[in-house]
Amino acid sequence: MEIGEKSFTENSDAIKEELHKLLKVSSCFQCRRCTNGCPVTFAMDLYPDEVIRRVAMGQLDRVMKCSTIWICSSCETCTTRCPNEVDIAAVMDFLKESAVRSGIQPPERKTLAFHESFLKEIEKRGRVFEGGLMQSYMLRSGELFSKVKNGSIWEDVKMGQRLFFKGRLPLLPERIKGRREVRDLMKGQRGPSSK
Amino acid sequence: MKERIQKVSYYPGCSLRGTARDYAKSVEAVCDMLDIELQELADWNCCGATAAHSLNKRVAINLAGRNVMLAEQAGKDMVVPCPLCFNRLKTAERELTGERKDLYDVKIKGGKIQIWDLATFLARGEILDRIKELKARELGHLKAVCYYGCMASRPPKITGEKRYEDPVSMDLIISALGVKVRPWSHKTDCCGASHVVARPDLVSKLVGKLFERAFRAGANCIIVSCQMCHANLDLYQERIMKEQGLKGSLPVFYFTELIGLALGHKDARKWIKMHFVDSSALLADGLEGALA
Repeated sequence: MEIGEKSFTENSDAIKEELHKLLKVSSCFQCRRCTNGCPVTFAMDLYPDEVIRRVAMGQLDRVMKCSTIWICSSCETCTTRCPNEVDIAAVMDFLKESAVRSGIQPPERKTLAFHESFLKEIEKRGRVFEGGLMQSYMLRSGELFSKVKNGSIWEDVKMGQRLFFKGRLPLLPERIKGRREVRDLMKGQRGPSSK
Repeated sequence: MKERIQKVSYYPGCSLRGTARDYAKSVEAVCDMLDIELQELADWNCCGATAAHSLNKRVAINLAGRNVMLAEQAGKDMVVPCPLCFNRLKTAERELTGERKDLYDVKIKGGKIQIWDLATFLARGEILDRIKELKARELGHLKAVCYYGCMASRPPKITGEKRYEDPVSMDLIISALGVKVRPWSHKTDCCGASHVVARPDLVSKLVGKLFERAFRAGANCIIVSCQMCHANLDLYQERIMKEQGLKGSLPVFYFTELIGLALGHKDARKWIKMHFVDSSALLADGLEGALA
């Protein structure tokens, strides 16, 4: 996206427009309704209202590095309940996208690895093949190594076997005809460097 | 051949081709029984799901938007069983008809067709009447809580759901089948969804709370319309119950499976057998011979 292709830390006009005009961060009056309704605050390092406040104050470096934006489960409760129509969940997405574009290593590296593996699947076939997704995630996240090491890999193997015998794990992926079209629609997803 | 009352486009989504085949089978069979002809959208692609909207908004809207474009070409209203797919397609539809539509590579007309969450589609009066008319057996021994999760309701500016804090689509359908639907507090709370892969600890805590509240409401089963919710509540139930210090088990059914069961579809039991949590004792009780 145009906005993300600029350096985020420049705090450019386009970014300000996105955050203030479209996502309305400056309308926040700190009622904390977002934080009170959020189901995953127990795992966050900044509460959602703190993220919004810091964004409004221009502390973008801090919020791009927090775990909160990755812990957010996109349940949309905050956005739904905000009395001032701040699109909090969309701010979380905006910050994740910006963090990745700025080359920040997120504190939730495995979550990012999952998202990246997921998009790779779509790029390859136009659809997601769950078997392929899990293999790719295991490698990309380093989980394969750590799970083999601590023995927990067997739980995953058993899960896969059980799904297979229940008829829920097809062995062959589906591919769509419009794969090239889909790939074109995904161009530029990894930022300016891959263009 | 009997005259079909309705033909609609059908967007199954990727999971229904894999781990949620049970849902797909029940959706397809039940719609057939209800005289709804599902016409699968030709060459549909993945909606992009959480991964796309987390990492790149433009890609997210493009991917979901392509399906909306295909649906417009097909020219019929479209039903979507997966609430996340539904939400992503609706988001794309809104974005691609809004002020900033020129940022994207997909063009749609907008307003030509309606995109439906399947549960909402099936909870309309005419379909409920049809369900009641075709009902072959009572499921009165089931005490259920309906669990909607997030994406069919929120945010209402996208979903169009009026009762977004207290949706009733499944409640209407399930009570039409004679099931006792229990009121409870956690209808639209989050299950953690795809966090189950990278942060299963989060899911364990969230789903544990759902189980606890479902028990407290006196339920002996949970009804869902989302395959991600189903996966988190069913596949991992044994482990989560243990981790969260809970005892007992709660079979998790798709609402379409219960419709199939009540309408006497011959394969209903087969779909349910694809779950991990065993429900044979619960279903045998009160369904003498009917499901043998």
